Amino acid sequence: MSILVNKDTRLLVQGFTGSQATLHSEQSIEYGTNIVGGVTPGKGGQTHLGAPVFNSVHDAMEAVQPNASIIFVPAPFCKDSILEAADAGIKLIICITEGVPTLDMLIVKKRIDELGIQLIGPNCPGVITPGEAKLGIMPGSIHMAGSVGIISRSGTLTYEAVKQTTDLGLGQSTCVGIGGDPIPGTSFIDALKLFEADEQTKAIVMVGEIGGTAEEEAAEYIRDHVTKPVISYIAGQTAPAGKRMGHAGAIIAGGKGTAADKIKKLKECGVHIAENLLQIGAKAKEVLG
Amino acid sequence: MNLHEYQGKQLFAKFGLPVSKNKVITSSEDAINACRDIGGTKWVIKAQVHAGGRGKAGGVKLINTPEEAVDFSNHWLGKRLVTYQTDTQGQLVNSILIEECTDIAQELYLSAVVDRGTQRIVFIGSSEGGVNIEEVAEKTPEKIIYEPIDPLTGPMPFQARKISKILGLNSEQSKEFSKMLPQLTDLFVTHDLTLLEINPLVITQGGKLHCLDAKINIDTNAIYRQPEIQEMHDPSQEDPRESEAAMHDLSYVSLEGNIGCMVNGAGLAMGTMDTIKYFGGAPANFLDVGGTATQERVSKAFKIILADPEVKVVLVNIFGGIVRCDLIAEGILAAIEEVGVSIPVVVRLEGNNADIGSTILADSGAEIVSLNNLEDAAIKAVELSK
Repeated sequence: MSILVNKDTRLLVQGFTGSQATLHSEQSIEYGTNIVGGVTPGKGGQTHLGAPVFNSVHDAMEAVQPNASIIFVPAPFCKDSILEAADAGIKLIICITEGVPTLDMLIVKKRIDELGIQLIGPNCPGVITPGEAKLGIMPGSIHMAGSVGIISRSGTLTYEAVKQTTDLGLGQSTCVGIGGDPIPGTSFIDALKLFEADEQTKAIVMVGEIGGTAEEEAAEYIRDHVTKPVISYIAGQTAPAGKRMGHAGAIIAGGKGTAADKIKKLKECGVHIAENLLQIGAKAKEVLG
Repeated sequence: MNLHEYQGKQLFAKFGLPVSKNKVITSSEDAINACRDIGGTKWVIKAQVHAGGRGKAGGVKLINTPEEAVDFSNHWLGKRLVTYQTDTQGQLVNSILIEECTDIAQELYLSAVVDRGTQRIVFIGSSEGGVNIEEVAEKTPEKIIYEPIDPLTGPMPFQARKISKILGLNSEQSKEFSKMLPQLTDLFVTHDLTLLEINPLVITQGGKLHCLDAKINIDTNAIYRQPEIQEMHDPSQEDPRESEAAMHDLSYVSLEGNIGCMVNGAGLAMGTMDTIKYFGGAPANFLDVGGTATQERVSKAFKIILADPEVKVVLVNIFGGIVRCDLIAEGILAAIEEVGVSIPVVVRLEGNNADIGSTILADSGAEIVSLNNLEDAAIKAVELSK
């Protein structure tokens, strides 16, 4: 088993004919992902990368029954695209795009919660279940099917964790990039819940960073509800206060959101801490015995 | 993106909120007319910079004659104001706000933020104004109210009454506040704010509510749809290298160490800084060169990093995902030649075709140390920085 995506995933690509969507869809198809179609308003009826293009998610729903969608449209249009997919009945939506206005996400998050939809991102690398399906922009080649579930707020940092667990022969059940924005569709807790229930996952790696209190909240959840070992690395131990470190959500504000606070809380709640990013894989191996 | 106090007050006025009669000047020649236009016999004059703590640093003054406004302007315009919130260089003063003087009976605190926990706009109010709110939160949490606004309903009158109670307002003031709360929310949503702070919100001697300060932060992701706010951007308040980087779509934050960092991905960039520190070095900057790391971007990143005279070595850490490392290696070489990098460069390439990439760097004859794992690369960079 795995979480969120597998070989039965029927993927729809929103913003399908754009250059980024094209590049990454090609890679996904090569990885074995079943892309059943794409949406670009005005280009319905065409064929792109061997898959049909539709004018709307609703048209695609009727014709090819996707059960997941991935969004590559520019940031100003993401609110509309996410809500369109939600309205059409898609239950798993992954938004890759960076730069979505925070207040757009405030509205979107409320709506998708009401509808019981799993939104991953925005500003994220996507989700991959090694050997089954790749819904995102991560390099497929570094992954290996295995026992570690990975959740992360950062793209390339996820790749580090993946590479290390692959090199040590552990592999991954599923890797979920929840994204670096202040209002993510899926929280650490949502993903932890899924990994806890997944048989294939034996240990969970949670890669956090400065800003907000999502890691602290996750720590309490782990203490109370997660029986599997959790390994965590927190980036930004050397970040200055008050500066946004690339990601919209990575900022220490009003003394809150420091790496030290997060690490302290995680330790208190029984989470294994990788003191630096080089030790993530080794720590997972040590914990799994 | 931050706004100046006077810009914040312009927005307050536009949304019907009570602010003092004021004028902004950029030359001391306009000081006397500004005071006369405002009228009265007492004014408050304030240096405009993107930082708090101006009062203690001498950047705010109560004056009794227009001539004092001239003196104050002559003193501050073109100079840098150093407060406890700025770095040691301080912030450039290029505009000055003159306001009519307000007789204060009581100082309160009011702000609104996008709260990540509740995923709502949350208003924060306290009867303790004019002080550091974090301290109030720590020492007397009962004096603070956090009131989330439902995006469907907007702010309701009962919520204004809840906040009024904690602020200690009488019934007249509470009615005033019931008008202000929707105006503030409207401002927040219309202009894509992430922070709005009025510290202090005051009750005047006449018993009226009045916004004495205005701190506003705008969501950078939403700037594209805020033409009025774009006009308010003041690059002189930002680190010139950070603004330059932003113009080229690179995220850069300058730090105080001597190891320049160029990394793809924000999380890995922070992780690289931490790794340098772990091995006893000090990062000179945070820099996310982006997912594609093309020659053009790498060149620009080198230029920005090398503009910092403290930098003794550059550590390039690229996890090539979709982009092949051999292409990145060629980009790095071309960039080094184009920019004329004369200090040591340590490169760590990982991901697709990393081996070929490393060979290209090793065979180039350039002064590059190419290492495949981050640990070795960080240790080498730290060694070269000493």
